[in-house]
This record gives sequence, C-alpha cells and structure tokens, in this order.
Amino acid sequence: MQTTIAETTVDVNEEGYLTDPSQWTEAIAHAIAAEEKVGPLTDDHWKVIHHLREKQAAGEEMTIRRLNKSGVISTKELYALFPGGPLKKAARIAGIPKPAGCI
Amino acid sequence: MTPPSFDPDNNAPLEKVLIVVSKGSLDGIYPALIMANGARMEGIEASMFFTFFGLNALVKKTMDSLKISTVGNAAMNMAMPLLGMPITMPFPTAVGAIPGVSNFATHLMNKKMDELDIPPVGEFLEMISDAGGKIYGCKLAMDMFNLTKDDLWDRVDDILTVGDFYREGAGTRTQILFT
Repeated sequence: MQTTIAETTVDVNEEGYLTDPSQWTEAIAHAIAAEEKVGPLTDDHWKVIHHLREKQAAGEEMTIRRLNKSGVISTKELYALFPGGPLKKAARIAGIPKPAGCI
Repeated sequence: MTPPSFDPDNNAPLEKVLIVVSKGSLDGIYPALIMANGARMEGIEASMFFTFFGLNALVKKTMDSLKISTVGNAAMNMAMPLLGMPITMPFPTAVGAIPGVSNFATHLMNKKMDELDIPPVGEFLEMISDAGGKIYGCKLAMDMFNLTKDDLWDRVDDILTVGDFYREGAGTRTQILFT
C-alpha cells in the first residue's frame, strides 16, 4: 500500500516498513524516527542507519550481534540509541525490511 | 486503590517476561537465552532466574562447556540430520551413555549454532545483559550447591529469593515462563 511520509509518497507494508529501499530519503528517516520515538537522530544513529542500508543492499542479513562484532555499534549503545526494540526500529527508520531473525 | 480492569479487547503488548531456568544442559539453557534476548529485541523487559541445575550456566567454570543431554532424551533422533542421517533414525539412550557421545553431540550442535550466528553461552548472557536484561541466581539453589557469588559470572545482577524474583514481575502485562 501507499502512504505519504515527509511529503513523499512511498510503498509500505502493513507494519509500516518501506517495501522499496530506493524510495527512502533522510527526511523519511527523520519522520519515521519521530513516530517511533527515536532521536533526534545523531551521528551515531546515522552510522547505524547507513550501515544497515549498505548491508541490506549487499544482501546480508543484519543482527545485533553482527553490528556489535563489526565495531559499528556496541549492543549497549544500540539499545540506548533505539529504545524499545532497537533492530526493528532501526530497520524501519533505514527504510529496509523488518529483520526476520530470532537472535 | 482500584484493581486493574480486565478488558478482553485490550491488545496492549507484553511488557515484561520473567524466565525461570532450572535445567543446566546446553539444550536446557538455550531456549531461555533465546526467549530472553528475543524479548529485549522486541522492547520487552526480561529477567532471568537461574535455579537448581540452571545455575550451571552462571558458574564461571562451567558456563562455556555445557553439554547436550544425550541420555534420557527421547528426541535425540532430531540431531540425526546433523550426521547426514534421517530424522526418523532412533537414538537409543544406551548409545547416549557411551563415553564421548555427549561431547560429540555437543560439538555438532555448537558448530550448527555457530553457523546460525547463535552465540556461545557467555557471550549470549553478555548480549542479554547489554540489552538491559537482568540475570539473577537463586539463593536457595546457591546454598544447595555450596556456591557463592564469587563462583558466578561477574555480571550476575543479584542473588534473589523466590519472593524477590516474583516482585520483579509487578505489573499487569508480565508473563512468567519456566524452561
């Protein structure tokens, strides 16, 4: 289905995740972050968002453990930056599909 | 004080899980770790209470060498595909008792878990603790096994009585799981 986020028409699924990552803009990220009660977005948030987008484009599944091991962001910091479900919120803000893993 | 009202249409999300871990084999511990970590990933608070043999996962000397229980485990046939054999192949308890079999099964399972990016016990507990989950030891079980806090992993939050742990469950949207 289509919806308007930050004055842009985008395709989203029923949980509000963008279905086409190429429709994503930084303005959309700000708007979704505000809705998810995350932020205001800092450099650390952007570091995570851009990393998730890069990995998604490369077809790699991202987990909290991999984020921690890659040195992008520690698990503690990730939970502090995106409170209340860090990976799924970060993915939604980054305009990529909801992570499907259990770990 | 007004008691919380029961509303059958209230779909508000779960807020907290308390997980009681009473088994100390690898297969006894992992479900609890996965449920606790999964709760934190969903923004649900998680507290783990390690009691009886579950303390095996918190004792510094044993936490990273937990074993699969191959004796008295009537579902060991499920591990057969790891050996390239059909899942229907029986695995008699007598085979599970042969020295080295539990070690071997544990090795296979650890290898498979590593492939699936499931961390070893120590690292998993660290992840849960970093995620804000609470890790508790049971006071009575500590006394039973002659353990002191020094024997346990450094990041154990506290040693609690059963009553203390139940108090952690305050709130109407809490569930208690027993593994």
